[in-house]
Amino acid sequence: MAASRPNRLFRNLTAKIAAIPMILTALVIFVGGTLWTVLYSFTGSRMLPKLKFVGLDQYERLWETRRWVVSIENLMIYGICMLVISFVIGFILAALMDQKIRFESTFRTIILYPYALSFIVTGLVWQWVLNPEFGIQHILRSLGWESFTFDPLYNADIAIYGVLIAGLWQGTGLIMVLMLAGLRGIDQEIWKASRVDGIPAWKTYVFIVIPMMRPVFITTLVLVAAGIVKVYDLIVAQTGGGPGIATEMPAKYVYDYMFGGQNLGQGFAASSMMLLAVLIVVIPWAYMEFGSKNRG
Amino acid sequence: MTTLRTLLTATSALCCLSAAQATELEVTHWWTSGGEAAAVAELAKAFDSKTEHRWKDGAIAGSGNTARPVMISRITGGDPMAATQFNHGRQAEELVEAGLMRDLTEIAAAEGWADIVNPPSLLEACTLDGKIYCAPINIHSWQWLWLSDAAYKTAGVPVPTNWSEFVAAAPALTEAGLVPLAMGQQGWQQKGAFDVLMIALLPNDVYLKVYGDKDAEVAAGPDVAKIFEAVDQARSMAAKSNVQDWNQATNLLITGKAGGQIMGDWAQGEFAVAGKVAGTDYHCLPGLGEKNVLTTGGDAFYFPVLDDPDQTAAQGELAALMLSPEVQVAFNLKKGSLPVRGDVDLSSANDCMQKGLAVLKSAEPLPGGDQLITQDTTRQIEDLMVEFFADTSLTAEAAQERFAEIIGDAD
Repeated sequence: MAASRPNRLFRNLTAKIAAIPMILTALVIFVGGTLWTVLYSFTGSRMLPKLKFVGLDQYERLWETRRWVVSIENLMIYGICMLVISFVIGFILAALMDQKIRFESTFRTIILYPYALSFIVTGLVWQWVLNPEFGIQHILRSLGWESFTFDPLYNADIAIYGVLIAGLWQGTGLIMVLMLAGLRGIDQEIWKASRVDGIPAWKTYVFIVIPMMRPVFITTLVLVAAGIVKVYDLIVAQTGGGPGIATEMPAKYVYDYMFGGQNLGQGFAASSMMLLAVLIVVIPWAYMEFGSKNRG
Repeated sequence: MTTLRTLLTATSALCCLSAAQATELEVTHWWTSGGEAAAVAELAKAFDSKTEHRWKDGAIAGSGNTARPVMISRITGGDPMAATQFNHGRQAEELVEAGLMRDLTEIAAAEGWADIVNPPSLLEACTLDGKIYCAPINIHSWQWLWLSDAAYKTAGVPVPTNWSEFVAAAPALTEAGLVPLAMGQQGWQQKGAFDVLMIALLPNDVYLKVYGDKDAEVAAGPDVAKIFEAVDQARSMAAKSNVQDWNQATNLLITGKAGGQIMGDWAQGEFAVAGKVAGTDYHCLPGLGEKNVLTTGGDAFYFPVLDDPDQTAAQGELAALMLSPEVQVAFNLKKGSLPVRGDVDLSSANDCMQKGLAVLKSAEPLPGGDQLITQDTTRQIEDLMVEFFADTSLTAEAAQERFAEIIGDAD
């Protein structure tokens, strides 16, 4: 019956009906929730949302708050380092894994294992490992290296790197597996051809294989970037934002003011800023990605 | 058909009747340290034995900062517990305004709370537009300096009797390898200590102007500058204190590793659990030994509006029970806090509690921070103090400037 109608709207009617719940979820929950949050970020809502508009007051206060500024700086440091280092390490590990080594699946399991742990467990484990009284520092000192000092979580200047170590340990395995899948997708003929032409292996990787793996890189990038922006549990478990406010993150600020401080307006303003930051990254990328598809 | 209906009605009436006899009330609170848990157990015991209902314990670990969001989300999200702890004052203000909390005025009138609650400011903090919304259960005061006799013995100096002696004795403790001031690295503890210094070292009106009138000029002025200098001293005295929770900090005193701690009277419960005796193992100085003053904050129970009439009735029984003389004595002795009624026998209370009672009798109590400023402002000051205590490059002057800004924006 559906086929007899020429109307495009009714083509594949069953599929469209099946998609309605998902469309509604996306529209009402994601888009609707987002718009609602942005709207209420302009109000003076305290514990309960109220439509009492205060203009840009919440945003002014947000950017005058030292803790928020520190959070943004931390997110930048953590985000950039996390992206670059985890991509480099992940790719190198994958490339090594791809050399037809023995016990590959064993290594793969070991390296992927940390990803099976939640950020809470990761945070606690690394809190202990980095604790000067019974972690790495203690072990090396008891082996005789008395002057060895390694206590990143107790030094406000480098505490964020202590968190980064934990984040890398947890996340790199996944990147390696994704990259490995990408490498396996490269046609063996390409390797044969480059070997015939006498091109060194590293050159083949950099100039041929990596450009061919673009879709894998994009997928990984999206996964990692999303994880970075919402990092919260790792901080709570590992440092609680400390020492002082040295490892605060935007998501924690949002939670603390929305619920702890009973100031929804301030929390909404902060989360709207986080959304804006994500959009600034995503929109140009989506434009490039989907824009080119239309042209092609 | 009619017979069947009658039968059904009878059955359902019967089941409701049996439910009315015994219902289970879920009570949430954040009392999880040793002394606190012992005090809650007293409440539960009294409720289980004196009424037909049962106490369902809903302890939420972590400090109030962790527990309150959980409680509030449950109440606003439509899954209210039967009763919940808050520090009375402005923490539950909006929940009351939104009509989510039960009006206890009738119970209060029947039990005569207006006559027995002392000081009356406690009941005022529960009152909004002439209606009573919470049952105060204890008086907690923050303005105590706890001192470890063992630590001062190790350092070979006499136990201080006020804050200035305490500061003067700090170098001796440091030399002996001890921490002069134990301080958990959490914002609420650091902010608490800051408020205590302000109340103890300055005339009352400065505290009231800053927190009561939100006077930014006073907050930026020379009086408060003195407090920031004192906090600066506290920061260097607490530099080696790397514990998190308040009871871990108190434990440093109990084990003689630290000299003193600025903490509310709930710290006493920890000394009691460890079997320490006030006056010989530890000393306490109300108002830091500088001033005869205590604030009367404390804990109160709020009762969310429930649909179930049986539970509602049981809520009333619980509220009345909490203020009964026996429960007040049993609970507060374990908790280390003071009872909310002046007519109970506290001869079994120890040295420190007697001191507290004496202060309450002799001096007009000040309202606590929770009664004067919102959670939002509290949070901002906590953030500032966390940063200040961790970052020695943040000067007292710069911190005071930011403090004045926060007070200026407060409502």
